[in-house]
Amino acid sequence: MEILWGNTVVNPFLKIDNLWKAFGNFLALKEISLEIYEGEFVCFLGPSGCGKTTLLRAIAGLDLQTSGSVEQAGTDISNLPPAERDFGIVFQSYALFPNLSIEKNIAYGLENSGMAKPAIKARVAELLELVGLPDQGRKFPAQLSGGQQQRIALARAIAMEPGLLLLDEPLSALDAKVRVHLRHEIKELQRKLGVTTVMVTHDQEEGLSMADRIVVMNHGVIEQVGTPTEIYRDPKTLFVADFIGEMNQIEGVAGSSSFAKIGDIKLSCQPHEFAAGENVTVTIRPEDIIPHGVGVRSSDAKSTIAEPDNTLDMKIASMEFLGSFWRAELSGEKLGAAHLNANFSINAMRRMELEVGRELKVELPSSRLKAFARAS
Amino acid sequence: MSTQADALTIDDIPGARIKPKLGRDDWLMRGFIAMIAIYLVVALALPLYAMLSKAFSTYSYDLTQFEFQVSDDQGVFDGKILSAKALNDALKIYSESDLSAGSGGRLAVTKLFPKFSFRSPKLYRVRGTSDKAVYLIGSERHSGREWVELDSNKFRRVVLRPVPSTGLSNFSTYFSTPALVNSIKNSLLISAISTIITVTLAFAFAYSLNRSCMRFKGMFRLIAMAPILVPSLLPGIALVYLFGNQGMLKSFMLGESIYGPIGIVIGSVFFTFPHAMLIISTALAISDARLYEAAVSLRASSWKTFWTVTIPGARYGLISAAFVVFNLVITDFGLPKVIGGQFNMLAVDIYKQVIGQQNFEMGAVVSVVLLVPAMFAFGIDRVVQRKQVALLTSRSVVYQPTPNGRFDRLSFAYCTLVAIFIVGILGVCQYAALVKFWPYDLSLSLKNYAFDLMDGGGWDAYRNSIKMAGLVAFFGTVVVFVGAYMVEKTQGFKYGRSLFQFLAMLPMAIPGMVLGLAYIFFFNNPDNPLNFIYGTMAILVLCTVTHFYTVSHLTAVTALKQMDNEFESVNSSLKQPFYKLFMRVSVPVSLPAILDISIYLFVNAMTTVSAVVFLYSSGTALAAIAVLNMDDAGDVAPAAAMGMMIFYTNAGARIVHLVISKFVLKRTQGWRAR
Repeated sequence: MEILWGNTVVNPFLKIDNLWKAFGNFLALKEISLEIYEGEFVCFLGPSGCGKTTLLRAIAGLDLQTSGSVEQAGTDISNLPPAERDFGIVFQSYALFPNLSIEKNIAYGLENSGMAKPAIKARVAELLELVGLPDQGRKFPAQLSGGQQQRIALARAIAMEPGLLLLDEPLSALDAKVRVHLRHEIKELQRKLGVTTVMVTHDQEEGLSMADRIVVMNHGVIEQVGTPTEIYRDPKTLFVADFIGEMNQIEGVAGSSSFAKIGDIKLSCQPHEFAAGENVTVTIRPEDIIPHGVGVRSSDAKSTIAEPDNTLDMKIASMEFLGSFWRAELSGEKLGAAHLNANFSINAMRRMELEVGRELKVELPSSRLKAFARAS
Repeated sequence: MSTQADALTIDDIPGARIKPKLGRDDWLMRGFIAMIAIYLVVALALPLYAMLSKAFSTYSYDLTQFEFQVSDDQGVFDGKILSAKALNDALKIYSESDLSAGSGGRLAVTKLFPKFSFRSPKLYRVRGTSDKAVYLIGSERHSGREWVELDSNKFRRVVLRPVPSTGLSNFSTYFSTPALVNSIKNSLLISAISTIITVTLAFAFAYSLNRSCMRFKGMFRLIAMAPILVPSLLPGIALVYLFGNQGMLKSFMLGESIYGPIGIVIGSVFFTFPHAMLIISTALAISDARLYEAAVSLRASSWKTFWTVTIPGARYGLISAAFVVFNLVITDFGLPKVIGGQFNMLAVDIYKQVIGQQNFEMGAVVSVVLLVPAMFAFGIDRVVQRKQVALLTSRSVVYQPTPNGRFDRLSFAYCTLVAIFIVGILGVCQYAALVKFWPYDLSLSLKNYAFDLMDGGGWDAYRNSIKMAGLVAFFGTVVVFVGAYMVEKTQGFKYGRSLFQFLAMLPMAIPGMVLGLAYIFFFNNPDNPLNFIYGTMAILVLCTVTHFYTVSHLTAVTALKQMDNEFESVNSSLKQPFYKLFMRVSVPVSLPAILDISIYLFVNAMTTVSAVVFLYSSGTALAAIAVLNMDDAGDVAPAAAMGMMIFYTNAGARIVHLVISKFVLKRTQGWRAR
């Protein structure tokens, strides 16, 4: 497939076509097809064991796929050994050579590439500058912190200006604070260099904040590909809905075209293709639930309800303070045993005097309410 | 979506399977793996196969295959054909057992003709009834169905050769010979007793080292390791001097003889002690201090804590030590040879059958019998070792002993006793070596060091030993480390690698005597293109490296396992050949392990007797074998002197190793310090 960017046709830089990988009788990857464009930052996101690292290693040639093809920059590289491909790689363990100094680690790949010694020296200095560690060249890896070591690993991976940068859980071994900091730095560096990058992570926050596009994987298949906002706002499968962010899941029954029933309540939701009466799971994110006070300034509140038919009478069963907002657990007679989690801003809490035991009306906007096939 | 995908199986994979394009590195690595695999096949698998087939090959005379004619005194034949079988059946010259033979057997024909005289004018004809029938006239080989006519003087020199076949008859002979079968019982009994004593003593010693606050721990540890530096037969010599017929302390024996089971057990305890101590000490060192804190907080008595925490924690170490000791004792040859007297053990039987009686088939049979307990002990040890490793990787807190006056004094006293035993044995050997003529002239001299005046190889044997140990240390370390690297760090070529792994583990299960005998069968075969290395230094080096391959291999694998597996991935992503990574990272980082392997090989090559005793020639006699041979010839004092030379050489080598390690590590391992 080709896409149009302005008036020019852009071919994918990396093209994976119907790729499968079997370990004995276990299928680690199934019918994977994916296109990645030049300069893109793509994240493979999924729980452990979903096949994301296997896919990365197939792209690198470190563990060849069982069948299917990989094309990079127009060349079929499906069966090439890693040394004949064009990529740099960074691992969770840094994999810095412990007995070589930082300088020598970075220069390792440059050494017999026909580069003169002074040129190598200059390049190493430039790379050290680039990753923000200009004075650390003579030290050994063990003398640096984890975050610093990972930056050196990054410098070593981009030293030979590879066409593709592969990052295998690069931040997972680091402390939470360092991780957030390095996230920005890597993203910044990638933008500066414009190198096509694939990163594997199980941390959705990492994926959402760094990637141009996210590939959500589960059980060896691609569940959805999209920008972070698309993935978050418009999950295509229940797995994606559940895996990315928080999601209320309520068992219900499909109504006609854009309706669903939960218990006795009929709610309008996003258009779906289920037959009326089919079992579905209805979902909504906690932050999409809009609270409307009951009793207190009810006339005022009523005027703001956009979809009066999509409101429920609920009671606050418990509350939890999460810093920038409150998480309220709501229960209602008509919902039966099910309950809803809602995020209420501190402002709304104060304004509506919400507290445990309080009854209130909540609105579930139909555009945010989505029905999925119920998980068996 | 995922439910549908979950139903897919490997049969659903469409399209052609991807076949990896092999880069230059892959070919090089496969070349290396193949080379080292071939080494192990040639140095281990094929000789063992040759030995096994020898154990099952039997030779017997098939009298139906030979026919004769006899003329009258005028030399006229009447055409009557006499079968050798018919002649023997009529005369009953050869019994059934006479007709089973060794590979070199010869059966005289003239006995079948009671009236035969080599001066008679009669003529004789002889032929085989099949093409396989072979007979000799003098030393000339004949076969075939043509009649050969001979005068009586020539006919007396006709002998029949046996026909080879495969079967269990060697084993039935073995098991119907009480003198041989008795050795099985003897070997098992001696090994079991030595194991119990050694493990008990070693446990107490290791426990004192790890759990007490006594003084001189370093010195005790050093002394406990000393027996590793001498051949296993040396304690035998010391025991002869102490408790032998003219021994200093003969009265201690209360009339019992040291030559026999008592001597073997004491000597075995001496030479296996360090092995057991090391294994148990490691097991005790990794036990978790938190368990002891828990025991204290639960107010368990120290007796109860010992049985519920200490022993279970060290159980794998104890079991492993027991099987290692058992294996060492049952496969040892030097010690029972020196002090066993008339008491037969399996390993000595092999030697006696092969060297004494030249009965190679029976030697092979005893080898197979000896392989059974050795393989068994090895198998159990492997299983247990694996579990021990699992314990090691868990996060535990190191136990720190606290001073306890009574216990510390007790530990010190016990360790002192053990140290006196070890140092005493070595001291006696050194004293014996320096005394002029025991026990009549106790003045000191160096005359026992004039090895060139004795049988056994003289000072050349000592020089040969150093040369061989050096070669073994160098080539062995290279082969072992490269092999371990290939197994551990390459991908693909799965079957080749698992075969390799199996072959690398095998030597530990093969007793030295068995390996040495297998080498005779394999390399001494004139049809073997490698026959030329027989009787050279090369075969000694080859055999010794193979004999000690497993422990070295495991040391290398352990060191390599500690290295990040992604180094290889990074290296290939940076488009560097694998040997660059190997030389610049893998080798320097593993240098401590590499030095350990080389000293291990050196020390063992200096002390080994069992494997090489079948393989040395007059030009390649070795020091440890000289000890054996001089002792055998009655030159016991020079034997002790040579044994102590081995001790000093090994001690020196260890010191050099220590210095080099310190120096090299300082230079190359600077990165380890933070």
